[in-house]
Amino acid sequence: MAILSLATRKTLTLGLNSTRLTQSCALRTFSLPELPYDYGALEPAISGEIMQLHHQKHHQTYISNYNKALEQLHEAIQKGDSSTVAKLQSAIKFNGGGHINHSIFWQNLAPIREGGGEPPKGSLGWAIDTNFGSLESLIQKINAEGAALQGSGWVWLGLDKELKQLVIETTANQDPLVTKGAHLVPLLGIDVWEHAYYLQYKNVRPDYLKNIWKVINWKYANGVYEKESA
Amino acid sequence: MAAAMSMVTSSSFTFPSQGLRLPTRSHPCMKPQRRIMRKDASNVITATYELKPPPYPLNALEPHMSRETLEYHWGKHHRAYVENLNKQVGGTDLEGLSLEDVIIVSYNRGDILPAFNSAAQAWNHDFFWESMRPGGGGKPSGDLLDLIERDFGSFERFTEEFKSAAATQFGSGWAWLAYKANRLGLENAVNPWSSENDKKLVIVKSPNAVNPLVWDYFPLLTIDVWEHAYYLDFQNRRAEYISMFMEKLVSWEAVNDRLEKAKAQAAEREMEEERRKKEEEEWKPTNGDDDDEGLEMYVDSGDDSEAE
Repeated sequence: MAILSLATRKTLTLGLNSTRLTQSCALRTFSLPELPYDYGALEPAISGEIMQLHHQKHHQTYISNYNKALEQLHEAIQKGDSSTVAKLQSAIKFNGGGHINHSIFWQNLAPIREGGGEPPKGSLGWAIDTNFGSLESLIQKINAEGAALQGSGWVWLGLDKELKQLVIETTANQDPLVTKGAHLVPLLGIDVWEHAYYLQYKNVRPDYLKNIWKVINWKYANGVYEKESA
Repeated sequence: MAAAMSMVTSSSFTFPSQGLRLPTRSHPCMKPQRRIMRKDASNVITATYELKPPPYPLNALEPHMSRETLEYHWGKHHRAYVENLNKQVGGTDLEGLSLEDVIIVSYNRGDILPAFNSAAQAWNHDFFWESMRPGGGGKPSGDLLDLIERDFGSFERFTEEFKSAAATQFGSGWAWLAYKANRLGLENAVNPWSSENDKKLVIVKSPNAVNPLVWDYFPLLTIDVWEHAYYLDFQNRRAEYISMFMEKLVSWEAVNDRLEKAKAQAAEREMEEERRKKEEEEWKPTNGDDDDEGLEMYVDSGDDSEAE
């Protein structure tokens, strides 16, 4: 599940025209989660330069813009300004989605010496073999979907909680997996925005997809799978 | 703005007695002859869209846009779009169509067909290279500047709006300055408020491969805001890239040429529309015409048995 970072609390009071007494509504804002490894720890699969930019610039920008949009939304809700509420939805989906997705992504990766790349054991490993025949077959399918995605987006391995099966899905831009189905839980997401690989792999997205499996943290995905399928 | 609007272009004007009419701008859906699928004996892909080089050496835009960027952006990305296009079009109905026609047909009013991405991106990149020149930037002049000032208030306001469109295109895509001259033509309806102001400059942004051709606008200028366009030189700093583009690279000469062509085409279309309206008038039966070849009129036979 999305790892939301420590929130700071902001206390706001309602406007004067309300007959209600002064209430305080806390607006929760978000901050950049720390990576559980150094920027260079995923090399040579993903360069330290990319990891640093990706985390400190891209993810941070999503969070800053998400917080800004939430503040504006909060204000608009207070004022009953439906126009603004509606107008903010795309910024919230885009930036909030960016925060959600990247928070998952950092957990999906691990240095090799901490288990990155080790095939999934436990119930997820079993489910993969059942649903896809083998891990290789799953990887092949995910890579094909990821390579074929036009523009920017993500490729996911998800759990459909309702149908109780694993699915491969793609989402465009920063749409979280749940936009493809309310019962979908993300286990593993691979960022195929160009910023995720360009400095190292340039236009050769398939090479990035081939190499990222060396640092995929199956322990995390297995943990989510076991929790959500309990 | 205008993300994936699919405006109905003024296409099928079919008058019962006349069959299909061809509008001025050759619209592939209107081509009378049916293209048949054909493969030559060796099943070799025969489509021949070519990768044109930019109108300047790959290092000519330095230091603003690096040679390395051009080598990848043109040499790899653009080249791949053209190669894929040839593979996707070869041996199909689309073969032999102009690139613009392939784009319109494969856009399919928003329900895009496989060749669209390759075709549109091939076109977009040609257009992009030609939108820039070494020593570019600065301000436009003449008619172009007049129109910009008329439609945006000032050149500065235009610049701000264009930069904002480019900066706020979520994900991959493009920002455009375009000439919008299409009339509101829906089947046989005509824009009742048509005026000189219908012909105006607009700024639009589009996702992924979409371009203003599909809305029947005439593109004048574009900036590529896919990350591959700026990542090697600017990394995540898209706003800086956009400013650099406006200040140092825009070829106002190219924009000007395109504007002249756009105005000429709009005028041609208007003339064609006038011509068509006149011909339509000539085919209408005149009032009180009791010629045998006039339309048959419904005559009330006085028999009420067919009521309802």
